[in-house]
Amino acid sequence: MSSLDDLYRRVIMDHYQKPRNRGKLEEWEGLVINLNNPTCGDSISLSLKVEDGRVADAKFVGEGCSISMSSASMMTEAVKGKTVEEALELSHLFSELMQGKEIDESIDLGDIEALRGVAKFPARIKCATLAWKALEQGIKTGQS
Amino acid sequence: MNAKEIRSYFPILDQQVNNHPLVYLDSAATSQKPIQVIEALEKYYKGYNSNVHRGVHTLGNLATEAYEGAREKVRAFINARETAEIIYTRGTTTGLNMVANGFARAFLKEGDEIVTTVVEHHSNFIPWQQAAKATGATFKFIPLADDGTVTVEAVRQTITPNTKLVAIHHVSNVLGDIAPIKEIAEIAHQNGAILVVDGAQSTPHMKVDVQDLDCDFYVFSGHKMCGPTGIGVLYGKRKWLEMMEPVEFGGEMIDFVDLYDSTWKELPWKFEGGTPIIAGAIGLGAAIDFLSEIGLDEIARHEKKVIGYAMERLQQIEDLTIFGPLKERSSVITFNLGNVHPHDVATVLDSEGIAVRAGHHCAQPLMKYYQVTATARASFYLYNTEEDADALVAGLIKAKEFFGNVLS
Repeated sequence: MSSLDDLYRRVIMDHYQKPRNRGKLEEWEGLVINLNNPTCGDSISLSLKVEDGRVADAKFVGEGCSISMSSASMMTEAVKGKTVEEALELSHLFSELMQGKEIDESIDLGDIEALRGVAKFPARIKCATLAWKALEQGIKTGQS
Repeated sequence: MNAKEIRSYFPILDQQVNNHPLVYLDSAATSQKPIQVIEALEKYYKGYNSNVHRGVHTLGNLATEAYEGAREKVRAFINARETAEIIYTRGTTTGLNMVANGFARAFLKEGDEIVTTVVEHHSNFIPWQQAAKATGATFKFIPLADDGTVTVEAVRQTITPNTKLVAIHHVSNVLGDIAPIKEIAEIAHQNGAILVVDGAQSTPHMKVDVQDLDCDFYVFSGHKMCGPTGIGVLYGKRKWLEMMEPVEFGGEMIDFVDLYDSTWKELPWKFEGGTPIIAGAIGLGAAIDFLSEIGLDEIARHEKKVIGYAMERLQQIEDLTIFGPLKERSSVITFNLGNVHPHDVATVLDSEGIAVRAGHHCAQPLMKYYQVTATARASFYLYNTEEDADALVAGLIKAKEFFGNVLS
């Protein structure tokens, strides 16, 4: 059960049970990105408000497993207040983390650190990255 | 043949996964392969690999004999009238698309009806949905009974003289129900409609007689019935296959080619353009030999026993919802465990060496019908035993305990 414990750390279950930033922004407040994972049916609707190059607000609603929903919760918490560049950098870092790559240990990932164990479960990586893909897509759309 | 002996023919089953003996409960996705099939492929590639129907050399003749010999095995397996009615395809998806695009679209028009159900696998749903869109035909659904089954009465009330085509599963890959195909064929034919049957989940588990069922088309895959991937079968009554246009043009399927027109080979070869799936067909033939030797009735009897046991034990787990009929069912059991997401259930089971499927099972309309986004599915086959069912139940109890604390 040790690898399972590793996958489902307490902090993940906490985010799953009590998701942060759950909800939707009004359309005029920001943009809404809807993404789903067609192979498993997980879906996320991410609302993103970018002001003066900063992520002023991020909210999400969605359907999915503990990994995808906790990852979305952690992501919104982590990027709020960050500049667009910082948010993209974090997203890149997260992607590296999911691929099991070595990352700079001095970076404090906060709660996101708990998702590190997902890298060992190839079938679940897509669950964890769904919300981050929505974030990247949102920023790209906002910039164009 | 007892379960132990049957299992001994499947080398893959004898292994540890995540430090537990493998419990393979995902045969509805793809079945495991017996050594007889693996060896038939090896024998072909090592001994007489050649192209078919064209060489005058010895190996070419051996390959052609094996390839066409397998066609006769398939014919006998489903009791088709003649081998000309057996078309090799890549799988069920290809076969159904061939019927929809090469046949149905040519005669469907506005005002006609295509009748199906929301239970269908996407491969027996989208081809018809798109054909309806393209031709202006109406897409209609047979209402399901409370337990998800298709009743003869519901079929009778849905099919009308305007119905030109009925497309339905023999066994659902989600609910495991067995549709009353023979009765549906009768109702369809009384109304002048053609019946297309998705046999992907039935042919591995039960005796199928296409003449007795009197369906117009019957489509299935090799890899779900102990054969290799990449080979499937489209059965059609000769009169329809004669009318059906080839979907792929090229080598192997032509009679004469002139500058401005060409003619096709006779059945079944007009549908087998290009170098065919030779090894696949030979492997499928070996799979049919294997299944026939045990006997489809014997396989059905064994599975009924194991499934009955599994259903009984699963129903004792609190908070476990089983989809589909509780009795008279085939070998798939689809369920959800309280509010634990099926992916999480599948991951916990995998950590115990148990392979199940989680997701929408290529049946999104059915998931919407049940208002769920995903479900978990355990599917059994001839090599599964009561011990496998016990392992599943133990794994589910573990998943419940693991998530119970945080989700209660």
